This record gives sequence, structure tokens and C-alpha cells, in this order.
Amino acid sequence: MTTQADNNPVQAETATGATAPILELSQVHKRFTRSLDMAEKVANLFGAGLTDQVVRAVDDVNLTITKGEVVGLVGESGCGKSTLGRVIAGILEASEGTVKYHGKEVSKMVGAERRATDLAIQMIFQDPMASLNPRMRVVDIIGEAPVVHGIIRRREIDDYVAQVMRKVGLDPTTRMRYPHQFSGGQRARIGIARALAVNPKILVCDESTAALDVSIQAQVLNLFMDLRRDLDLTYVFVSHDLGVVEHISDRVAVMYLGRIVELAKTDSIFELPNHPYTRALLDEVPRLDATKKHFTALKGEIPSPLTPPPGCHFHPRCPFAFDRCRQERPALKDVGKGRLSACHLNEEPGGNPLMTPNPPKVG
Amino acid sequence: MSKAVLDVKDLSVRFRTREGVVTAVNNISFSVGAGEVLGLVGESGSGKSVTGLAVLGLIDPPGEVSANSSIKVNGRELVGLPEEPLRKIRGKDVAMIFQDPMTTLNPVLRIDTQMIEAIRAHEKISEKAARERARQALEKVGIPSADERLKAYPGQFSGGMRQRVAIATALLNRPTVLVADEPTTALDVTIQAQILSEVQDLCAETGTALVWITHDLSVVAGLADRVAVMYAGRIVEEGPVTAVLEAPIHPYAAGLIGSVPSRNKRGEPLAQIRGMTPSLVNLPPGCPFAPRCDYATEICQTTMPEATPYEGERAARCHHPLSSPTPAAA
Repeated sequence: MTTQADNNPVQAETATGATAPILELSQVHKRFTRSLDMAEKVANLFGAGLTDQVVRAVDDVNLTITKGEVVGLVGESGCGKSTLGRVIAGILEASEGTVKYHGKEVSKMVGAERRATDLAIQMIFQDPMASLNPRMRVVDIIGEAPVVHGIIRRREIDDYVAQVMRKVGLDPTTRMRYPHQFSGGQRARIGIARALAVNPKILVCDESTAALDVSIQAQVLNLFMDLRRDLDLTYVFVSHDLGVVEHISDRVAVMYLGRIVELAKTDSIFELPNHPYTRALLDEVPRLDATKKHFTALKGEIPSPLTPPPGCHFHPRCPFAFDRCRQERPALKDVGKGRLSACHLNEEPGGNPLMTPNPPKVG
Repeated sequence: MSKAVLDVKDLSVRFRTREGVVTAVNNISFSVGAGEVLGLVGESGSGKSVTGLAVLGLIDPPGEVSANSSIKVNGRELVGLPEEPLRKIRGKDVAMIFQDPMTTLNPVLRIDTQMIEAIRAHEKISEKAARERARQALEKVGIPSADERLKAYPGQFSGGMRQRVAIATALLNRPTVLVADEPTTALDVTIQAQILSEVQDLCAETGTALVWITHDLSVVAGLADRVAVMYAGRIVEEGPVTAVLEAPIHPYAAGLIGSVPSRNKRGEPLAQIRGMTPSLVNLPPGCPFAPRCDYATEICQTTMPEATPYEGERAARCHHPLSSPTPAAA
């Protein structure tokens, strides 16, 4: 780590240290609220005491991303990883907290500056069939945004689209076709081409390879890596597939019920996870080399985000939980070697049992 | 290997479509012993799900199982059996779990209604006894407070719980053969691990032969005893899981294993198979994998390789086998 390592642990953790962050999230919250309907308001007049239902999909997240790095966001369904991805991409507005792009707060930008920022952060979705308009030809799907935003003139659309299509390995002669005339892997490429057409700096990929066959997934992942090298892109890679995330990411953030519980370099997180939840998640990933293993399972399911448990969200499923975990929310802290973890075990006198050479199984 | 309880020989399934006849499953043979787990692996369109449906006798027109196919469960031939006797076998001797439990469970009926019906369709047993058995089945797959949950509707369960109900229902009549078609694909890793561990225990306990259909090689690695890799309707390689994953014989199997991210060095490009799966309407006369294969020669374009047995209970269909396996003595 370089001299940049100041007292802000989030800053110190960035992969290259020397370059300024391209994206900074501080204390980002995203809440979804269902307000009371008429009947419930009437019931309240009679003293039913009903309140709004609030889902804290993203709960106080700090994350700094450096230019050119790939950050993986992993977790189970309902942990808030996709919501966080959407907040980063500017599709959802954060309920609280700030998102800074190149040091400037995105929500305070106006006019041309805001538009430029929105274009610079693009998103690629999981299901290309749901995100591509079935009634539009590929040339318009890819070329519409650049024309609208004045990147190219309308008469240049054919050449421009052909150029973008070649970049993602699509045959430009197919540009007059409709999305359903392509295979799943090609559709994924169309989604990528559409995002690339506006010259983005950051790509947020939300489970972009989850629906593909392994051999096609490998092709698309290789494409992501090539584009990163050629276009100097920064990625936020949202996925539940730990194998994919391990392969592609520089750093990994593990989320549980709206919070980041561990954030570290890919190597350290996969070699020796610090947080019991990370450990459990890694133990359960089926692996090629683990033939005929006996699957052990973490007990229980992810609790309802409507009524998250107090203290550490993971404590009802954690075999190491003690009193403090039930009352006090652990902060995401530097636990050495630039690794951030939100676990009270790290402050116990005996140390975190997971950081010993032979960590106990969590399950 | 223990005595085969499921014995499939020369199974072919054809679909008549407007574009022509599609042979979704082409002349495949495999067998599974009691308590054994066979992983059936392949990409979309390789015919793995159709194989599963054929074992249950669930191929409807325009699809047809060709007349010379044979599917034997406990020695009894299922191909050509009329619907009535087939119904008696289905759900009793042979059961199936599907990918999406919401399509197997009736959303407007309570769980207990559906489970009790499944038991009483095959056995003369009082409703009380059937309910007790349903309760035990739910407990076995790890559903807490089974008594109350019996009275719930499928929509009141989470995805993982729903899949457990589907598994419990499939196992109610202690089937000889259980076909599972991607049952954990839609689930989170933690829930997948829970279900895999339960299925593992149940099959070991009841001696049910399990056919696990999936595209995920890593799941098969942990779960199965044997693996069969399908490509364009044929089994291109079959053998014990460890042997196949460590030293595949067929280039397609090798490519599939090689493209799994965990087999690759981080940051390096993933090994990939070029091209895409062929259309099943117009298959070339030779090996269907030849256009994508690095080892293909002239013979591959013209002649379909025969299924060749190799040492260690393995078999593969390839003119240019990798990792120089020893052919089994004739």
C-alpha cells in the first residue's frame, strides 16, 4: 500500500491506492416504503397503531471504487446487492447518503454534467430478453442512445453500430434483425453493446451471465475482460455465483441483509474469510474438485428484511454469536492487511476463530 | 455397481416440427443402480430434460419415443405401456422433481391436500395415516413445525421451502427412481447446499436411484457417483465422476470442464469452446461436435463415432479420445 493509506480504512483498502477513486458511496441507504392504505388509516383512528412498512434494502453502505478495478458484489437473494447496483448506476435514487463520481456528488449535478455522469455509468441486466425491446431492430437498440445524446449524427448510425458490434464479437450484417432472432449468448452481447455505445467509464453488471450456459458464460466473461483492457473500464459485478466473482474481481464485497459484512481483496477473501457469513457462503459453493463431498448446510434462511434482527443481522444463524452480537451492530472496520469486516469476534480477547490456520466450519 | 434399477437402452425421442424432425434424444443408453446418483450434464438443448421426461413417460405429441427404445424400471418395460398402468407407476415407482416448484404444486390447494392425494392415489390407506406420513416426509426434508405447515398454501412458502415440499411429495411413495431436473438451479447457494445435503441423506437411506439433471458441473461433482455428458441429443461421455472430471476423454467434456471459472487462473482468460450448440434440425452426418472441436479430422465430418467402452467403467463417443484411456477388453 502506498502513502495514500490515510486513516480512512475504506480509502486505504482500494486496490491501486495511488489513483483517485472514480466512485465513492458514503452512508448510502435505500429504503422502500409501503404507506398505509385507507382501511389501515381508518383502523389507526381507532387506535390500531399500524405503521408504514419499510424495507431497508441497502442499509448504510460505504464503498470506494478506484478507476480500472473490478468490484464483485455477492450475497444471497434479498441481500440488497442488485439494489445497490442500481443506486450506483443511478437508476434508483439513494434515500440517504451520497454517491460521488470523480469527487462530485451525483445528486447535486444538473444539466449537461448530470447527463454526462449518467452516461458514464451504464448497467447490463441479467435477462437480455427482458431488457431488449422485442420490436426494435438491433441497430436501433444499440444506436438510439448515442444519437439522442449527440454522440453521433443519425446518418452515422449504421457505421457506428457496426463498429460497436464488432467490438463485442457480433456480426454487423445482423444489425437489421430483432432480438428474438439471436441466441442467448448473442443477446447478452447486444446488451453489452448497447451499454458500450455511449462510451461509459463504469459498467454495472447485474447477474449478466447467470442465464447463460457455461461455455457461453466463458465467452462473455472473456469479453468483459478484453473490454476492460481495451477501454479502461471499471466494473461493479453483481452476482450470486462466487466462482464467477472470484475469477473476475479484484475486490469482493459480501452483503447480508442490506449491509456489507466483509470487503477485501479477492485472494484474501477466498483464502481466509474473516466474517462467519462469508465462511459459510464459501463452504457451500459446489466445486469441481470436491467430488462426492458431504454437503453441510448453514441453518435457516435469510430473515425478512421487513423485520431484520437487532444487532448483527447474521446473529440468528451464526454459531459464534454472543450477547454483544444481539444488541450492537458491528461496524465495518479494518481488521488488518486492508481487509474490512463487520464482526464483533475480531474485538474479542481470543481473536476471531476463523482467522486461525484451521478455521472451524460454520454450518 | 449394484444391480441396475433403471435401465435405459437405445432411447430416442423425436419431435415433428414445421422445420422438420428434431431428434432431441438420439439413441442413448444408461443405467442407474439402487442408491446410486447419476449426474446428467449438458447445455441448453442437449436433450437432458427430454431424457428425464421420457423416463417418466411424459413425452406428449408432437414428440414420440421411438419404438425400439427401452426404459426398464426394476425390470419392467415402460415404453409402449398404455396410460392407465403408466399412471400407477408414475409417482410411485418413478417420481420427478422439476426446476420450478411453483409449476408442480397447485397454488390453490393446501399442501396437505396435495400430499395426501399423492399417497392415496397409489395406496389404500386412511386419511389420518396418510396425513401422518405427509407430516413425517416434511420433517425429513427439514421443514420446521410440519404440522402447521401442512395447512399452508404453496404461496406461503419461500422458494427453498417450496422446493423441499416438492421433494417431500416426490419421495412420499418411496420411489425406486427419482428424476430431478435442475431442482436447485433457481436457489441460493446456502439453500442449494441444504437441499443437496437432504437429498443425499434421503437417497442413501431409502436406496432410491437418483438421476440429477443439471448444467452445473460443480453440483454434479459433489453429489453424483457417475456422470453422463450430453451433447446434441447423445451421451458423448460417461463414467465415474472423479475420473471424468480429472481426465475427460471427449473434447466436449474437456471443454465444458475447462470453462468453469474455478478451473481457471484468476484474471486469465477463461478456456472457451468456440461457436455454439448446433441446431438439432440439420445435424451433420458425422460427430455433431466436429465444427467446434480442435481435434476434428476428416473422419469426424463424415462418420458418427461409436460409443466405445474404456477401462474403469467409462465410455465415450470420439474418434480422437483425449488423455489416452485404455480401451476396455472386449
